[in-house]
Amino acid sequence: MSDATIRPEALPVGSIGRKASGWWGMLTILMTEGALFAYLLFSYYYFAVQYGRGFLPDELPKFRLSLPDTIILLISSVFVWWGERGAKRGANLQLVFGLLGTLILGVVFVGVQLLEWRDKPFTIGSSSYASLYFTITGFHMAHVIAGLIMLSAVMVWSLLRYFDAERNSPVSIAAVYWHFVDIVWLIVFFTIYVTPRLW
Amino acid sequence: MTVGTYDRVPALETGGHAAPAASQLTRLWESKPGISGWLSTVDHKELGKRYLATAFIFLALGGIEALMMRLQLAQPNQHLLTPEQYNQLFSMHGITMIFLYAQPILSGFSVYLFPLILGTRDMAFPRMNAFSYWVYLAAGLFMYASFLVGAAPNDGWFNYVPFALKPYNPGPNMDFYALGMILLGISTTAGAANFLVTMLRTRAAGMSINRLPILTWGTTTTSVGILFSMPAVSLAFFMLWLDRQFGTHFFDSTARGQPLLWQHLFWMFAHPWVYIIVLPAMGIVSDALPIFCRRPLVGYTVVVLATIATMVMGFGVWLHHMFATGLPFLALSFFSGASFVITIPSAVAVFAWIATIWTGRPVITTAFLFFAGFISMFVIGGVSGVMTASVPADRQLTDTYFVVAHIHYVLIGINLFPVMGGLYVWFPKMTGRMLNERLGRWNFWMVFIGFNLAFLPMHWTGLAGMPRRIYTYPDGMGWGTVNMVTTVGSFVLALGVLLLLINVAISRRHGAVAGPNPWDGPTLEWTTPSPPPPYNFATMPAVASRHPLWEDRLEEGMGKSSLQRGMVLANGKEMLAVTPLDGLPDAILKMPEDSYSPLVATILMTAGFTGLLLHWWWFAGACVFLLLACLVVWLWPERTLGQIAGARHV
Repeated sequence: MSDATIRPEALPVGSIGRKASGWWGMLTILMTEGALFAYLLFSYYYFAVQYGRGFLPDELPKFRLSLPDTIILLISSVFVWWGERGAKRGANLQLVFGLLGTLILGVVFVGVQLLEWRDKPFTIGSSSYASLYFTITGFHMAHVIAGLIMLSAVMVWSLLRYFDAERNSPVSIAAVYWHFVDIVWLIVFFTIYVTPRLW
Repeated sequence: MTVGTYDRVPALETGGHAAPAASQLTRLWESKPGISGWLSTVDHKELGKRYLATAFIFLALGGIEALMMRLQLAQPNQHLLTPEQYNQLFSMHGITMIFLYAQPILSGFSVYLFPLILGTRDMAFPRMNAFSYWVYLAAGLFMYASFLVGAAPNDGWFNYVPFALKPYNPGPNMDFYALGMILLGISTTAGAANFLVTMLRTRAAGMSINRLPILTWGTTTTSVGILFSMPAVSLAFFMLWLDRQFGTHFFDSTARGQPLLWQHLFWMFAHPWVYIIVLPAMGIVSDALPIFCRRPLVGYTVVVLATIATMVMGFGVWLHHMFATGLPFLALSFFSGASFVITIPSAVAVFAWIATIWTGRPVITTAFLFFAGFISMFVIGGVSGVMTASVPADRQLTDTYFVVAHIHYVLIGINLFPVMGGLYVWFPKMTGRMLNERLGRWNFWMVFIGFNLAFLPMHWTGLAGMPRRIYTYPDGMGWGTVNMVTTVGSFVLALGVLLLLINVAISRRHGAVAGPNPWDGPTLEWTTPSPPPPYNFATMPAVASRHPLWEDRLEEGMGKSSLQRGMVLANGKEMLAVTPLDGLPDAILKMPEDSYSPLVATILMTAGFTGLLLHWWWFAGACVFLLLACLVVWLWPERTLGQIAGARHV
């Protein structure tokens, strides 16, 4: 047994970047949440295969609101990435502004989604398509809101100066969740808005 | 290596459990006495024992339900139970055994054993560990509360639509089941995440992944399985609840919904679940059987690979539960083929165990008998499983007692037998006292004979055409005698299980004193006193082989493990984090104190689900809001946990 294993020279103590258990815990959450959306989309494609075009509503979902909304969400991911980079340099102000930008864009995204919901001619009980449309986008919106709550907490903590260049795990944890929510949206967007036009 | 702001050179001590730091560690790690300590503890040993006790209570409840059904079926044309009572009993029997006993009991073993066999002080997320337990208990109580209003789930554990939908099942029965399962899914998922991160990050130094005890491989593999499969059933039950309460159209075909979607989502979860409730039990055998064969397990690497392969393939065979639903021929062929192939990795493990016994010098103890019994029951359950992998055979056998016999050989044979054997092995570690061996033999033989008497003839009942889930049957079908035999067997089995409980009750006070290593086992848990102190290990062990306590005899390692001399880590509650693959020291983790947050979160969540059940929407909303507040408090950075900049808690 080498002595270095029994006694290393020096070890970081406490919550340091991606060595924190919370980071690993978040990765497990992403695994299971990713699976959740896979099953949601499985249900969508299953119906699509079973019923063909008859599954879709008469009026296909439009890009007028959804495309700008997608771009808004993508930009928000850039903001959180920029803020996290700041955190790792110990630049607290950059972190705060990065988070603020993400929060604003995230709230706008949710607002636009709600507009889109309001404009739908059907309700959740109209057809299997309507049920799935609201369930999938609803699940995604719930995840966006969860991300907004996480980022708000991280912002409060950064305003309280809880973080420096080494102690900043919550920033990375919330950021990776936000990126995940973004990627999921791209897949949801492709499924609901793009695929009906490919048939 | 640059020394960072928060780095520390860890202090070293010699003496293992007699190290000078021991008394200080006890103060740091022990829970407060009394009710406040009981409600707020995050000690994995306490929680593991609670998991085991709770799961055994559910086993007893599910067993009583089964005995009531067996009385009803003992003879033709009996009317002890009404058809509706019978429906509720067989549904709750399945739900209890499969969801509230079989998986939680294995979680109990793993929660108790993970930190001990991995050579660390607690799980990676101790508070989440307490949360998993409380939510499991709450979900069990939630589903059992349905009996109080006479509306228990009544559609079988796989709960097919359309019967589960509102028009056919207007009572709250299905809502109890749907919401209860979502609640239970949260507990199971949190537990799985905890096992995975614990296995990856918090082990003894030097415990590279090829030195992990197989039990951790089994539980970790199934944890990944849970993370990927659990959402399917939670989603399915959520959709069912929406269909019932909000008029959505997922499962009824009137508005282009599809009843078969339920079966797909359910079995995409439930087939992996079968492996989730057996692989950790197989891990128990792979770790404990070799102790009684006085040699290491034959084929460690292939057994690990077989475990993983079984789990992976387990995701690709769900359609074999749906052979009789009129699916396309191509799909049937593919899934039939996959179901045949999955027997190969299972067979690999069986041959590894047989080879271990064959080439070892077996010591016949009660535990050994349970493990040997497990192997033979597994073979029978496996063979009857392969038979139903064949589409034509399955079409004949599906929904008959043959399938009931198969599932019981699998679940009792591969889950209950290893669990009972495992209890004989680790009970001394948990309590410091041995279980009585004489009573143990009676326990084993009653269980073994009762079980085979009950379920071996049941294959024939199925072949004779008796459908499952009928509350009675007419005279003259030729099913009377065989049903009577099964009923007698089931009571013998129940008495056998009762003997175990009696043994536990007597031995925990009056059993022979065990000492640290009563079986001469090879892994780290046997280095600790029995029962282990609150901090498990005074100095952090560093291992050089798979069998740190057998190194002198085996000479398989690259050097000697260091069990007496190691890092103390006593500057507050601390644990070592290692790199996931090589097990090299990576960081010192600050661990949380006992906390009420898990219990409060559980109460709020359960109250919220009750609100959903009763349609108290505002109440449920308030619970969600309070739950979020509770989580923010729970996760608020703390100086003592080394989560706040500048605070020199190093």
